[in-house]
Amino acid sequence: MNFRINPATAGEAINREFGTGTAAADDVRLLVDGKRLLEVCRWLKDESPYRLDYLNSLTAVDNKTHFSVVYHLSSLAMGGQLSFKVDLDDRQSPSLPSVTPVWRGADLQEREVFDMFGISFTGHPCLKRLFLWEGFPGYPLRKDWVSRDS
Amino acid sequence: MTLKTDHYVINIGPQHPSTHGVFRLRLTLDGEVIIDVEPIFGYLHRGMEKLAESRNYTKNIPLTDRLDYLSSMINNQAYCMAVEDLMKIEVPERAQYIRVIMAELQRISAHLAGVGFFLNDIGAFMTPMLYMFREREKIVELFDMVCGQRLNYNYMRFGGVAMDLPEEFLPALKKLLNEMPGFINEYDQLITTNEIVLARCKGVGVLPRELAINAATAGPVLRGSGIEWDLRKKRPYSVYDRFQFDIPTGENGDTYDRYMVRLEEMRQSVRILKQAVEQLPDGEYIGKAPKLIRPPAGETYTAVEGAKGELGFYVVADGSENAYRWHVRAPSLINLTALREMVIGWKVADLMAIFGSIDIVMGEVDR
Repeated sequence: MNFRINPATAGEAINREFGTGTAAADDVRLLVDGKRLLEVCRWLKDESPYRLDYLNSLTAVDNKTHFSVVYHLSSLAMGGQLSFKVDLDDRQSPSLPSVTPVWRGADLQEREVFDMFGISFTGHPCLKRLFLWEGFPGYPLRKDWVSRDS
Repeated sequence: MTLKTDHYVINIGPQHPSTHGVFRLRLTLDGEVIIDVEPIFGYLHRGMEKLAESRNYTKNIPLTDRLDYLSSMINNQAYCMAVEDLMKIEVPERAQYIRVIMAELQRISAHLAGVGFFLNDIGAFMTPMLYMFREREKIVELFDMVCGQRLNYNYMRFGGVAMDLPEEFLPALKKLLNEMPGFINEYDQLITTNEIVLARCKGVGVLPRELAINAATAGPVLRGSGIEWDLRKKRPYSVYDRFQFDIPTGENGDTYDRYMVRLEEMRQSVRILKQAVEQLPDGEYIGKAPKLIRPPAGETYTAVEGAKGELGFYVVADGSENAYRWHVRAPSLINLTALREMVIGWKVADLMAIFGSIDIVMGEVDR
């Protein structure tokens, strides 16, 4: 009952639904276009054959040249698992649509990503820092962040 | 005469016996009824994810102990599995069984502490907790035997565990396993049908099924809402596919159901432990793993069923000795997502019961 959804198949299905270029995939990775993120997520959850109703984890990685936001999804009903990434090239004011309207579970995790990476999520109900205080200098999980102590 | 009424804002915490650590809840009240809640995090934030990027893979094992410090063994196991996945390290059979034994013992002790503190929160001050800690102590002594620590065990290694089981461990464990069902029945008799517990918990803080899934809750909180989802069964890792056990679930998703799920899970853990002790093979307790851990570039998301829910490690390796990115999917944090819906409309006194039944550990929430 437990299986990994092949990213390439999922990518093809997304491209068929939303037009070529929305997703890029090979056998290990799936990249989704940030501009269509919200629609793709709604489709993955409600209409796609995968029924990905559960957001396991949402986090980000600073790849120095760009940020990647990583989504890990599961379907409690069908048992499938899928993860995908969204790349963000803008380091000055990175921004993505929030998936909290689709999966409430993203609420605190998006706030954590905002807190640590400074990626803002438009449409989030209450986007403010989660752990650090307002006015904390910079975003510590960015690779170019320098601690004041060092 | 008309009375002028105003909403009232009150802080619970950051230092408050019912917040299980340093955690603040900003409540807006209408009389005694909660109409809004804002959780404020970060009082125990130690920057673990940043810290982990500057330490090598092995040095991060003791860091995981300090996440949910009531279930260090399970944290160890999850992180070791993540690095083993990156490096394709084989774990010998015996080591897998030892890990399962430790994880299940830890689950019982974490649930004991969880239920004990929960009863503390609803006003049964200290007595039930001391009953729970009577048994927790026995488990802690077992851990002390295998690794010399009573908390923060740092027992597991990539490829296995740090030390083999000492001679006196198995007899002591078997004795505990024989006694444990009796102890659990005792809690059952004392708590489950207690009139005050029923009045305080039944129907209080209901988390509906759909919201439980949508808010990505996990563990007893998810199962209390009637969803049969346990990674040990649904995505068997280690050797969990060799044991027979059930997934206890609740019906209403209320505070009482979450308590019942925890109690029943202890029984199931005893069942798993009995089978694991019986099947425990001889052999190596640690496999062949390089001294210097330098995983090839790649990434993994490895999740186990922790005491509080799905505990996942997302580790990105860049081929060096340090992790490039080290992220913990912390069940304690994510289980708080639906707190708002669970407490709004209830009274301040119910907040303690509802919050206690979610069972969080601040070390994991803030990291």
